[in-house]
Amino acid sequence: MTPHHHRRRGFAAGLAAATALGLTACAADEQQVAGEPGTPAEPVTLTMTVWTADESQLALFDEIADAYVAENPDLVSDVEFEAIPFEDYTTSLTTRLAGGNPPDLAWILESYAPEFVRSGALVDVRPALEATEGYEVDDLLDSSLALWEDGDGLYAYPFSNSPFAMFVNTDQIAAAGQPSPADLVASGDWTYDAARDIAAATAASSGKQGLVVRDFEYKVWENLSTVWEGWGAAPWSEDGTQCTFTDPAMVDAMTWIHDATFDDGALPGPGTTADFFAGDAAMTITQISRASALDESFAWDVVPLPAGPEGRQNVIGQAGIGVFAQGEHPDVAADFLAFFTNPENAEKLATYFPPPREQLLTAEVLGAANPLLSEEQLQAVVVEGIQDAVTKPAHPSFARLQEAVRAELDALWTADADVEAVLADVCAAIEPVLAD
Amino acid sequence: MSTPLATTAEPLRRTTRRRGSVDRRDRWVGVAMVTPQVLGALAFVIAPLVTVVRYSLHEWNVLSGSFVFAGADNYDRMLADPGLRESLLASLYFSLGLVVLNVSLALLLAVLLNQKLPGTTTFRTFFFSPVVVSLVAWTIVWSFLLQDDGGINGFLAGLGVDGPNWLRGEGTAMLAVIVVQVFKNVGLNMILFLAALQSVPEEVQEAARIDGAGAWRRFRAITLPLISPTILLVSILTIVGSLEVFAQIAVLTGGGPGNSTTVLVYYLYQQAFRFNDFGYASAISVLLFVIVLVLTLIQWQTRKRWVFDEV
Repeated sequence: MTPHHHRRRGFAAGLAAATALGLTACAADEQQVAGEPGTPAEPVTLTMTVWTADESQLALFDEIADAYVAENPDLVSDVEFEAIPFEDYTTSLTTRLAGGNPPDLAWILESYAPEFVRSGALVDVRPALEATEGYEVDDLLDSSLALWEDGDGLYAYPFSNSPFAMFVNTDQIAAAGQPSPADLVASGDWTYDAARDIAAATAASSGKQGLVVRDFEYKVWENLSTVWEGWGAAPWSEDGTQCTFTDPAMVDAMTWIHDATFDDGALPGPGTTADFFAGDAAMTITQISRASALDESFAWDVVPLPAGPEGRQNVIGQAGIGVFAQGEHPDVAADFLAFFTNPENAEKLATYFPPPREQLLTAEVLGAANPLLSEEQLQAVVVEGIQDAVTKPAHPSFARLQEAVRAELDALWTADADVEAVLADVCAAIEPVLAD
Repeated sequence: MSTPLATTAEPLRRTTRRRGSVDRRDRWVGVAMVTPQVLGALAFVIAPLVTVVRYSLHEWNVLSGSFVFAGADNYDRMLADPGLRESLLASLYFSLGLVVLNVSLALLLAVLLNQKLPGTTTFRTFFFSPVVVSLVAWTIVWSFLLQDDGGINGFLAGLGVDGPNWLRGEGTAMLAVIVVQVFKNVGLNMILFLAALQSVPEEVQEAARIDGAGAWRRFRAITLPLISPTILLVSILTIVGSLEVFAQIAVLTGGGPGNSTTVLVYYLYQQAFRFNDFGYASAISVLLFVIVLVLTLIQWQTRKRWVFDEV
């Protein structure tokens, strides 16, 4: 098989959608289940959309796909992994659906999981996984699957469970005469307040930035959940019907973020770019999978997220692989998914993506694949970080909520903002969406 | 008498027949020539237009694949949508700002560069060059310049001025987007005005000068009326172009802060491609189409009043 990696722009798909004259559509309220794959007349080509363009990751996918094709030459002739840039990923994917050209399988971002899971767009893959010999479904962590389930159905496999952690530039922190975060972790004093003090002092000393919540950039506010989870805060109730931005925990957490930014200069203000991995900042909160971006240019460490007033809460970013009901070969695609994520291949994938399998979540397995991280770091940050972790905010109407909250929160990012009033505005803006 | 008549009638008939076949051949050549254009317009203009109208009458959820006839529901929804009203106001602000700034700056530059002075060719090239730069590349460079710690504020700091956070301030974000767009396209309008200025007959100017008209009087009474068709053309192009602004908003502000730069096309994009609400987005596209159509009709109707050579 020749590996095919396609990079497609969202607008090409958009054009296809705009000119699609005949729309064949049907109400798909009832969920579909992937069955036993019947042998097709001709071996089929499967496509899976992904948002990574990392050559070594794509090479690993191709290697697994080649093994599947070799085992099932009558079913599948080729598996194509199509890389779509992360920023446009969900938009491009839904545009393909609109154009009547869905991939067979797709990576799905956790924030959009409820929307995809409940829409009927994906097939229930649980029976296909259970029917696969040696799959060991019981080894999958319930906490990892929760977001992807609806009733008894499992609508995607959460192949990546990457914990958020704090990366620290120990050179900058030591130069500023600040305590080492690793020591604070050991002594049990690793709190958000301690991190804020270190960040503010280091930024003042280095002339660079302090603590960067990566990818937040005053737009992607859901990334702040890594901070506010320490306050036990959440944007909406668990059933997704009530706004909780005005709850005391959220007000306290947002006040903390606001003051750390505008009073202390511990966090970079709006319109300032700072890349921790380029040495622009003392600390950053991001996923452990970013460790590959580190080089020898400065000394660094990685520690668990700090504790807030309500203690420490592990947060993970998840990504699932789903099989589209509208695809041409959902049964074959589900069979491939079962192969792609069986225990043996999950161990290979663990090189890049912490798996949802209990047996594989050990410092030894992960350490073999992550030479940059010590076993202690992996144990503390990854293995323990996935236990009892929560995911970032998700909702069936996430895109609308994301935009509405973003627009209202813009008023918070000025020095003299009234935090409570802004959060009340946020609730006023999103309550109609939550009630929908 | 009948014979001569018959003899004169015969060649007449022959000529008519010959002319008829020539007409038919001409007609076929004409049809053959316009066919590609007509087919192109049908496939890429008329068909999508009809399709969008059809979509606008449906509730279409891409994810679930549901496509249900909804009558005028999407149009009713537009009337009660505060977000749409906000985006219409933002579009109005953007279009007015852009047209006024762009047309006046382009005209000013054209008049200045129409002088017979050394170096004008270099300046013309300089002002025109942004037109040929990729829009997204141009906008990304400006997004760096306009950041709080970006080049423009760095320059202002050198002058002792504390510059605002251009793209994050409610008052400055739209202004920044307008200015970026003006600098991008002012060169094209400048060239159109230059061509028009150079077609103003020298002897008319000369006659006015002999009559004692000053430079301003000559510009107002002779140059402006003579280039008025170009002013009309440039205004239409700029207004219609301003309603289609998208990439600049997507790259520079993402519609923020708040919704202050969420112009109509960006709002439409959000509804369709972010919220998967293609039916409602199609209804908004129909609204946009009607707005552009009405604006163009108004301009064509009023051209007789103010365009010189249409009188």
